Amino acid sequence: MAENSEPIVRIRNLSKAYRRGTQVIPVLTGINFDIARGEFVALMGPSGSGKSTLLNLIAGIDSADQGSIQVADVEITSLGESDLARWRAGSVGFIFQFYNLIPVLTAFENVELPLLLTHLDRRERREHVEAVLNVVGLADRMDHYPAQLSGGQQQRVAIARAIVTDPEILVADEPTGDLDRASAEEILQLMDRLVQAFGKTVIMVTHDPRAAEKAHIIRHLEKGELSVT
Amino acid sequence: MGIPYSYSFRNLWTRRLTTVLTASGMGLVVFVFAATLMLTEGLQKTLVQTGSPDNVVLLRKSANSEVQSGVERDQASLLESQPEIAIGPGGTPLLAKELVVLINLKKRVGDKPANVIIRGITPESLELRPAVRLKEGRMPRPGSAEVIAGESVSRRFKGCGMGETLRFGMRDWRVVGVFDAGATGFSSEIWGDRDQMMQAFRRPVYSSIIFRLRDTTAFDAFKARVESDPRLTVEAKRETQYYLDQSEAMAKFLRILGLVLTVVFSIGAVIGATITMYAAVANRVTEIGTLRALGFQRKSILSAFIVEALLLGLCGGILGLFAASFMQLITISTMNWASFSELAFSFTLNVSIVWKSLLFSAVMGLVGGVLPAFRASRLKIVEALRAT
Amino acid sequence: MFLLKYILRNLFRHRLRSVLTVVGIAVAVLAFGLLRTLVGLWYSGAEHASDTRLVTRNSISLVFPLPISYLERIRGVPGVTTVSYGSWFGAYYKEPKNFFANYAIEPKGYMELYPEFTLSPQEKNDFLLDRKGCIVGQRLAKTYGWKVGDLITLKGTIYPGQWEFVLRGIYHGREKATEERILLFHWDYLNEAMRQTVPRRADQVGYFIVGVKKPELASEVALAIDSLFKNSLAETLTETEKAFHMGFVSMTEAIMIAIQIVSYMVIAIIMVVAANTMAMTARERIGEYATLKTLGFKGWHLAGLIFGESVIISFLGGLLGVAATFPAASWIETELAQFFPYFSVSGETLLLELLAALSVGVVSGIFPTWRGATIRIADGLKRIG
Repeated sequence: MAENSEPIVRIRNLSKAYRRGTQVIPVLTGINFDIARGEFVALMGPSGSGKSTLLNLIAGIDSADQGSIQVADVEITSLGESDLARWRAGSVGFIFQFYNLIPVLTAFENVELPLLLTHLDRRERREHVEAVLNVVGLADRMDHYPAQLSGGQQQRVAIARAIVTDPEILVADEPTGDLDRASAEEILQLMDRLVQAFGKTVIMVTHDPRAAEKAHIIRHLEKGELSVT
Repeated sequence: MGIPYSYSFRNLWTRRLTTVLTASGMGLVVFVFAATLMLTEGLQKTLVQTGSPDNVVLLRKSANSEVQSGVERDQASLLESQPEIAIGPGGTPLLAKELVVLINLKKRVGDKPANVIIRGITPESLELRPAVRLKEGRMPRPGSAEVIAGESVSRRFKGCGMGETLRFGMRDWRVVGVFDAGATGFSSEIWGDRDQMMQAFRRPVYSSIIFRLRDTTAFDAFKARVESDPRLTVEAKRETQYYLDQSEAMAKFLRILGLVLTVVFSIGAVIGATITMYAAVANRVTEIGTLRALGFQRKSILSAFIVEALLLGLCGGILGLFAASFMQLITISTMNWASFSELAFSFTLNVSIVWKSLLFSAVMGLVGGVLPAFRASRLKIVEALRAT
Repeated sequence: MFLLKYILRNLFRHRLRSVLTVVGIAVAVLAFGLLRTLVGLWYSGAEHASDTRLVTRNSISLVFPLPISYLERIRGVPGVTTVSYGSWFGAYYKEPKNFFANYAIEPKGYMELYPEFTLSPQEKNDFLLDRKGCIVGQRLAKTYGWKVGDLITLKGTIYPGQWEFVLRGIYHGREKATEERILLFHWDYLNEAMRQTVPRRADQVGYFIVGVKKPELASEVALAIDSLFKNSLAETLTETEKAFHMGFVSMTEAIMIAIQIVSYMVIAIIMVVAANTMAMTARERIGEYATLKTLGFKGWHLAGLIFGESVIISFLGGLLGVAATFPAASWIETELAQFFPYFSVSGETLLLELLAALSVGVVSGIFPTWRGATIRIADGLKRIG
């Protein structure tokens, strides 16, 4: 089904280099890459291969030196600082290795955070938050603080936070990296369900082969260049 | 909509110890700030309440206080017959020709000398000062060496208690009463029969003339006429203005002192707030990165940290005000430079001081938080996320 | 030695934080020192007063005068060398805000009794000869730009009217503490005017200044003078100049006590700030302390590490504060000359400043040191993750 639909992510001739002092270290060189709607893509590669940088560029939290990135027909490389933030709020859901929940906010409030950037009123926000917490199976834990939840539960809250605004793409950076095998399996199943049942597009960076297996497509990055498996 | 206020508040709550320590540093500064304002307010309130707007004080031209002034008898009788003077219930003018001098007395505690105002009065004097009420004993009998003492004087000076005697002008004066004059300057005075005192002190002239206006609006006309009369060398002031002028030098000193101290001290407190907020930012770099990744704007991060710093400052303000409110129980007595005499007054808290203190504490928080908040808002998302 | 190196490295880790703390402590120490100096100055008039000079005044209070006729009788008291007299004049120059001390005095005896007011022989002679002449301290002359020969008009408050004087000399203080903001003129000039306008106020003086042969005689002479006038119309009160000044000083003591309290408060404020900073620093490094303990370092090593950092920071702040005291004091001396005759900081104050800084370091180090030294390894390591 992925082959015949219009790509949701379209990357053309993308390059990025880091400067350390006077040294210039190329990270990505001339990447061309499409991701179709409803895909579950895994990016793999050794550390320093540029996979996280690629993910950050797609998610709009880092800026490219050259090339173009279109996500759902929006050219994000041409967006300014605050337009980009607005775009992220509506179009990208983030899942981090260390969950990155705000420790002083409850599960409910953490999930509610992205909705504060929308025009929804209090009641609507509550409905949305409860709905996604149901999806991740944590409706009964919504008044708990992150410290009162297990790692797997925290990551599920983070996933709920990522999908609550119904974004175009979900980006996940080593989502199972900090979890034991059983919890990791749960998280991967949940992500798989998001793709299968809710038609989400997921782009995941991982170096766990078990995690990559869940994905439909695995792309390998080596020295800043892509190769198809 | 930005980051909720509860985020800022709960972060302060989470690191309670740091918050309390930083806030108490600021609290001490607010305490000093509020205490000096309260002292100035107490001084002015005491002196302003001493006067009544319908009363007029007549002094010799260019005399700054009653103690320096002298009004000759012929001028006094000329002034007595002015039409603006109100008539009392007994059909006599509500006007008192008084004698005001300083005497040197020793304090009960520490035996230190201080100047106390002693006022020679007539029956009209009491009608002109309704705030003065006899609390204990009786009024001095006319023609006798008897005095009554203001409550504050009676408590603090040797020989001024009920039934005690004072010696001056080659006579012994018995204290036959203690009067309460509320929070006015009269509480720091001793009163006795004017004619007896003029004899004892060998003063042939009055110090000042006080009278009630028949019509309060007539003051300006009266002043203009009396001050231009070639037979008179007096100056007229509303009693309220007279006492306000008496407080000016001291109030100015207290105000400048308070300002200088506050500015210097707030440097310390602001540095404390800056350190705390920088640490708060440093500890939450990843969190900031996450919020930014979720789509919060730089200005939202900026305002979240500024709100946090403001709240921190307000905590300090509330702590400081709470401590300062207890200062109201303390009465200070010191020499008022304008009259050269001892004056007792209390620290006085009012709404305007509360607002000023809270505003001041918020400004301290703001100044301390501004740099760290800017730093937080300028973090690069990718680097912030990597800082775990 | 290793400990010291480690402490120094730690200091440079949060450079901004260390710098801010040092500056905060320096400001507090500076404020403490200046406030102490201010309070000291308040009492300095009394401290520098001569103990061979007595002041005789009316026992009722300063506002009551004494008859000039007492002069000869005081002169006759054994042990008395010179007697002069004067009255507080209380006038201002042009506007009430231009207020300074001015006295009507008997010049010849006064000049003998106050050798610290130095005038050139020429100026002194001119002043003594001119009835309308006056002399002023050089600071006062500087404030209003007066030069010898100028006509100065003062407005009286106690003695009404416009009073004209010719400036005959500008005196310099022999010592730093000598008051140089006084105007002195002939008492005779005032007295003549009084004789003509208000005769009942003539032939009266505010006080007598009595010189005694040696300080030991002071109390004896004072008693002798007062007993001369016992039970007369104007009883006298004689005390040493020092006691006389102290009487004034003690009248405003409440304010000075408040300033003193406040000077300790500034140290308390900075103590809280520094304690907070140290607690924060120690909390951030708790994992490191646990690691050091794992490596075999003892509690007292860690205590030395934390305590050492706290004390060094405070000491640096103290040094900076002490160093800043000198320029600050000289700035005050030149810029605020109209309020202070001089503003020099005593060695004792400098020592106290350093002591205050050190105590800030010690107090603020106690709690974090105790926390760091008693940390359980497992707890500490857990925090790293």
